[in-house]
Amino acid sequence: MKTELSLDVDGEPYHLAVDTRMTLLDLLRERLGKMSPKKGCDHGQCGACTVLINGRRALACLALAVAHDGSEVVTADGLAHDGALHPVAQAFLDHDAFQCGYCTPGQICSAVGMLDEFAQGWPSAATIYPASEPELDHDEVAERMSGNLCRCGAYANIVPAVQDAAGQMAPR
Amino acid sequence: MKPFAYQAPGDAATAVRSVAADPAAVFLGGGTNLVDHLKLGVAAPDLIVDVTAATSNEITDDGAGGLRIGAAVPNSELAADRRVRDRYPVVAQALLSGASGQLRNMATTGGNPLQRTRCVYFQDVTTPCNKRKSGSGCSAIGGYTRYHAILGASEQCIATHPSDLAVALAALDAEVRVLGAAGERGIPFVDLHRLPGEHPELDTVLEHGELILSIDLPPLPMAARSAYRKVRDRASYAFALVSVAAAVDVADGIVRDARIAFGGVAHKPWRATKAEESLRGAPASDDSYRAAAQTELAGAQAQDGIDGGNAFKILLLTRTLVATLRDLAHEET
Ligand SMILES: Cc1cc2nc3c(=O)[nH]c(=O)nc-3n(C[C@H](O)[C@H](O)[C@H](O)COP(=O)(O)OP(=O)(O)OC[C@H]3O[C@@H](n4cnc5c(N)ncnc54)[C@H](O)[C@@H]3O)c2cc1C
Ligand code: SF4
Ligand code: FES
Ligand code: FES
Repeated sequence: MKTELSLDVDGEPYHLAVDTRMTLLDLLRERLGKMSPKKGCDHGQCGACTVLINGRRALACLALAVAHDGSEVVTADGLAHDGALHPVAQAFLDHDAFQCGYCTPGQICSAVGMLDEFAQGWPSAATIYPASEPELDHDEVAERMSGNLCRCGAYANIVPAVQDAAGQMAPR
Repeated sequence: MKPFAYQAPGDAATAVRSVAADPAAVFLGGGTNLVDHLKLGVAAPDLIVDVTAATSNEITDDGAGGLRIGAAVPNSELAADRRVRDRYPVVAQALLSGASGQLRNMATTGGNPLQRTRCVYFQDVTTPCNKRKSGSGCSAIGGYTRYHAILGASEQCIATHPSDLAVALAALDAEVRVLGAAGERGIPFVDLHRLPGEHPELDTVLEHGELILSIDLPPLPMAARSAYRKVRDRASYAFALVSVAAAVDVADGIVRDARIAFGGVAHKPWRATKAEESLRGAPASDDSYRAAAQTELAGAQAQDGIDGGNAFKILLLTRTLVATLRDLAHEET
């Protein structure tokens, strides 16, 4: 069944008719040609499809497009500003935090969402209770990024990349 | 995937009317379980009624120390809420031990306890499963049983309930507010889920079309000292093999009161009332904690399976309970 919806994707408005069964991931890739969100598992298990929906990281493969009518979606493509890479994307380059790159756009979107959650004081399973002020140490980053799998095992460089980006983005 | 119609009403009464009127209609929360099931063919509704706008996305104080959590509150916001972290740390810890950051942003308070079992056969439509197709048989019995029950199973189904949040809610005597065609009612959280018995196709006591409006946490001062401990095959992003939600009130080396529930071991979050009973008035010691676990698990029945079975869960759960209570009692002094 077709239904109409409006979305803002990477800063551009779209209005389109979609099948109610279409996921946001298929809409982004097949209808809008946004290829940075990847279809790794299509079942919510790998994080390759991570995008930001209204500023929060989410899995596009488990999101029905119709259920997000009116939302603002940002993919890894849309993170760059004025031709400059987002600090998280730059940190992934600087730290060589990938091999094949398939998981990378999802990792980057997830890290951007995660750093915002961290800045808002959200706890994680690695945060000791009663919550002292957590630091973004290795365990915190690993736990908060555990929804993004990397088949190439680039974790050893992903964690420092995320920590580096966090440092650069912190208000001074 | 079978075609379906989609509605997103702005009020609960309309949502209930739509689903109650159509036996093949379902509610949609964050979709993290339902959308997966649509793809797998485990669910094939003809109408999906999104209830994220129809239910509250707020956490409100009840004025007496308790909290009302709207069904649309995301799992991530619930875990981050200061009041929840201070008054009911077990709830925040249970949520944070489950799924991933992305999934917790999507998953809702109403949808989480209603997620369905992760039994591999239930999710594989090519295998017999009584829960998915009544009377077709249970492939798990004698199959892969690592994630299956040791308490309260039946000959029809040995599945476990996968939610971490639900285990914490069962320990805390939460109440579920639901709206159905016949009106609104409250259900003690411990009575929401069923044991499989002869009808494993029914996970809960909810009628078709009954919508969760909120989950209410009662005032419970002792819950300020509560914890959730989860044992799993990976350090993160994996379902529980066994888990323990507990709150204890210890004074002068004596356990005055305890609230305990187990996860990963039964078709429903398992409220361990026998363990609680055995702890009241007992010295706060490992011996008491072990005795409490043994009392509760006296009726446990391990499953044989091609993966070596799940007898390990009995000892694992005993140790997990001892460790959880020891840490909590220690915190208390
Ligand atoms: C890879 C992966 C790992 C996971 N790991 C964990 C884990 O470790 N621990 C854990 O606890 N969970 C885990 N989950 C499950 C996740 O927590 C649940 O899928 C989620 O909480 C379900 O919430 P939802 O809002 O997305 O529900 P939905 O998928 O939208 O709905 C689930 C069910 O609830 C019904 N429903 C939804 N809202 C209401 C309502 N208000 N009233 C009545 N019925 C309603 C729907 O009809 C459906 O049957 C994992 C999921 C994935 C994909
Ligand atoms: S344990 Fe339950 S859910 Fe799993 S195959 Fe058997 S009947 Fe189905
Ligand atoms: S493709 Fe969405 S989580 Fe794997
Ligand atoms: S870089 Fe290849 S999957 Fe992560």
